[in-house]
Amino acid sequence: MENIRNFSIIAHIDHGKSTLADRLIQHTGVVSERNFKDQILDNMDIERERGITIKSQAICLPYKARDGITYTLNLIDTPGHVDFSYEVSRSLASCEGVLLLIDAAQGVQAQTLANLYLAMEHDLEIIPVINKIDLPSADVERVIGQIDTELGLDADSHLQCSAKEGIGIEEILEAIVERIPPPAGDFEAPLAALIFDANYDPFRGTVIHCRIFAGQVKPGDVIRLMFTHASYRVEEVGHFLLTREKRNRIAAGEVGYIIAGVKTVSDVHTGDTITLDNRPCEKPLPGFKEVKPVVFASIYPIASDDYENLADSLEKFKLNDASFIYQKDSSVALGQGFRCGFLGLLHLDIVQERLEREYDLSIILSVPSVRYRFTLKNGAVLDVDNPSHHPDPASIAKSEEPYIRATMMMPERYLGSVMKLCMDKRGANSTLSYTGPGRVELIYEMPLAEVIYDFYDRFKSLTQGYGSFDYDIIDYRESTLALLDILVNGEKVDALSQIVHRERARARGLQACERLKEEIPKQMFKIAIQGVIGGEIVSRTTISAFRKDVTAKCYGGDITRKRKLLEKQKKGKKRMKMIGSVSIPQSAFLSVLRSDTD
Amino acid sequence: MQMAQPGLYIHIPFCKTKCGYCDFYSVTSLSSIPEYIKAILEEISLYRYDFKCFDTIYIGGGTPSLLSCADLWEILIHARNTFTVAADAEITVEVNPADAHPHFLTSLRRTGVNRLNLGIQSFDENILRFLDRRHTCKQALESIEQARAAGFDNIGLDLIYGIPDQSLLSWKDTLSRALSFEPEHLSCYQLSLEDDTPLGRRHQKGEFALPDEDRQIDFFMTTADILEDAGYLHYEVSSFARDESCKSRHNQKYWRHIPYLGLGPAAHSFSGQRRWWNHRSLKQYLIDLREVRRPVEGSEQLTPSQKRLENCFLGLRTGEGIPMQHFSEQHNTPHPEKRKNLDELVRQGFIVIQDGFLKPTRRGLAVADRLALML
Ligand SMILES: Nc1nc2c(ncn2[C@@H]2O[C@H](COP(=O)(O)OP(=O)(O)OP(=O)(O)O)[C@@H](O)[C@H]2O)c(=O)[nH]1
Ligand code: SF4
Ligand SMILES: [Mg+2]
Repeated sequence: MENIRNFSIIAHIDHGKSTLADRLIQHTGVVSERNFKDQILDNMDIERERGITIKSQAICLPYKARDGITYTLNLIDTPGHVDFSYEVSRSLASCEGVLLLIDAAQGVQAQTLANLYLAMEHDLEIIPVINKIDLPSADVERVIGQIDTELGLDADSHLQCSAKEGIGIEEILEAIVERIPPPAGDFEAPLAALIFDANYDPFRGTVIHCRIFAGQVKPGDVIRLMFTHASYRVEEVGHFLLTREKRNRIAAGEVGYIIAGVKTVSDVHTGDTITLDNRPCEKPLPGFKEVKPVVFASIYPIASDDYENLADSLEKFKLNDASFIYQKDSSVALGQGFRCGFLGLLHLDIVQERLEREYDLSIILSVPSVRYRFTLKNGAVLDVDNPSHHPDPASIAKSEEPYIRATMMMPERYLGSVMKLCMDKRGANSTLSYTGPGRVELIYEMPLAEVIYDFYDRFKSLTQGYGSFDYDIIDYRESTLALLDILVNGEKVDALSQIVHRERARARGLQACERLKEEIPKQMFKIAIQGVIGGEIVSRTTISAFRKDVTAKCYGGDITRKRKLLEKQKKGKKRMKMIGSVSIPQSAFLSVLRSDTD
Repeated sequence: MQMAQPGLYIHIPFCKTKCGYCDFYSVTSLSSIPEYIKAILEEISLYRYDFKCFDTIYIGGGTPSLLSCADLWEILIHARNTFTVAADAEITVEVNPADAHPHFLTSLRRTGVNRLNLGIQSFDENILRFLDRRHTCKQALESIEQARAAGFDNIGLDLIYGIPDQSLLSWKDTLSRALSFEPEHLSCYQLSLEDDTPLGRRHQKGEFALPDEDRQIDFFMTTADILEDAGYLHYEVSSFARDESCKSRHNQKYWRHIPYLGLGPAAHSFSGQRRWWNHRSLKQYLIDLREVRRPVEGSEQLTPSQKRLENCFLGLRTGEGIPMQHFSEQHNTPHPEKRKNLDELVRQGFIVIQDGFLKPTRRGLAVADRLALML
């Protein structure tokens, strides 16, 4: 155990975690050069396409240090985006130390701080590493200053590297060995293993990812999942290299996986403790903090007979995304579905895409909402995250909505336009401070609902990518709210309803109609779209009908060409949900939140 | 009417000049005509065991009227010798008005051709020029008279509408001039431009605009109004017949899923289960036949669902529609969505259910491709 080091790489988004992981992997030589590709730990297609890490990923590296000893380094690469911070916090529970990466040009950013605090909560050894020193815009001196003043860490303890150029890699590996303590834990004690992740393998069933804190486990053992009391016989254990590597056992201090023929997917809970059935540990390990979703939306299958399949897929998907929560729900317009909670809009977007790709589902998401709080005249307090549960307006004594503190850092030249954006979004109580020459930190308090859709995109484009944005939820504040319903050909489509701020209700109604007009394709019949608040129509548009759609000539017997065209159109139609006699595309549901500035 | 016999299509891939909107395969060098005639005779022979009999022959193009009557006669004779061609077969040749010389037409009539299809397109000189047609308005008028004089009592005229800036008045004028000849058949096509044609490229560059959807529907409805008033049957999206017997027997085979053999470059064939098509290259076509090989470029076996889709979109192009029982069979597992669609389409007047058929109304014909996607 003396020779094991468990650590994570944490940082703000894009500061180079996955790239540094690449260099560490290459240095230890576990992957042949031929099989190597950049950001090799980002193995999901969606991560590679978007160039961001979504899932924490563990890999076990053998490293022969300068002292001549070969160490086992368990590296966990983590995501940087705030929506995936639950991945980071779970990874940290498996570690004794972290590499805290800071981009030499951007300096300390919101998630640098947030992730540092997480590491401190876990009492981990922190090694600050300044990355991207090769950049012409790198300002290492300034970042060293920030390590001292903003992070409160010993600036002398920092290392410098360029993950891209492979500079400073060996120093980092040596620091890991020297400064991060080996795991503690009693080899002979009863097994105590923390489930920090899992995935579903169609051939092997549930694969549990865990960190062993005490004891050991090997094939043949009967394990018990302490929360669900379920018992299973272990079939296989091992470590993560790039793929799963079978071992005879895994023991205290190690990170690995257990396959135990777990058929009931819901038996496995991230944060639960695994012990031995015949020799259980005294009490479960402290699990993880409960996830607190901030954005809610319902998921429906496009074809209603896909419901069972969707239910089954969500259960498997949840194994691999502990921050995703869901429960049954149903909609008048869209039928049976699930109400889901997400950590943010990127999270929502990724979940939708992963469900479609990994489970081959066609789904519709309702308009996302935050969780509102209504105090009724009879004293009852209702938390409402689904507009269709909006209480009767006459019964409401007080309405409240969640507020956030948004922290934005950017070059000073963008200050004006960002402040205007924040005012637009009902921002208040701003504070401004200079974090360095030409750089400002702007803090605003804003309703979360204003931020959930296009705030981040607009902020990024206003600051041309030089700004960083982060937020935390502060409290609920009183607000005047209204329910905006959308009627399509006179029928209310509950999945398009939104709870909106009363002063902006009319504008939001117009915006929703405009967006729907853009998103819903022409159909055989004229489609009337209306926004309704409290029985009053506040906006309307119509989508005109197809009048002419037929090829003039199907001539010379070339039927194939025309059929192929129709087949393509038919495929497109499959991604639309029929509501009454109107087909509404997937994209329409999210679009109503989008303002027209982009 | 007995419709089960297959049809024979022969493609003549030559044109003196190319029309700007045309997407059909043809070359403007006429020097390979002699070799082409030999090749087509060879291709006919290559299918002698696969097809037995035909009751329609359609010689299209390109411009069949660039061949001599002797050449056309040789092709027809060889087809008759190789296959059983029904005694009352409909034998059509497409003729460009510029080629409609009296003696050509008379001898064509003598070769057994009993139906002429004249590529009139318009009686408006400006439009003929815009389309790069080789003939003039005067030639168009004369060609019809000469065809009658040569004894053709089954004449189809092809017309095009929806030309940029065309007024409804100009189109009505073309229609009424056409009607004055009491043609047995009229095909009225809306101009559509493929990107890889000269006019298509000019359109892409924004040199002119095609009529918008509202205007297109004006043209379409006006055409149907005028021709139905004149007693014609609107039996397919673009086709009108003076009476039941004047419907194009050959073209109906395409819409009714009846097999056909297509010969010549770029021609398509259908066996009932399989579709195949020839090389879209005269050069490759000639090489293959020199080596006594079928000049087939590709083929596909239709899956049941592809067949269904074809049945549906082809059937819904015709006034006859698709058999109700056909629709129910397609959706034998309860398919509430499709049923709901059908009810709505009936309610909104796109489809009527009559004599066990789902028939598109005139409004339905205008959106036949959409209907096919919904049913
Ligand atoms: N110039 C330079 N670019 C770097 C360096 N390290 C990483 N990058 C680039 O920075 C970008 C982001 O790198 P990643 O490794 O994906 O960053 P990350 O921290 O893993 O990002 P997330 O996982 O999305 O939080 C990529 O374009 C890298 O090529 C470096 O040392 N120098
Ligand atoms: S004559 Fe007919 S085939 Fe030849 S180019 Fe003109 S339209 Fe096309
Ligand atoms: Mg990454």
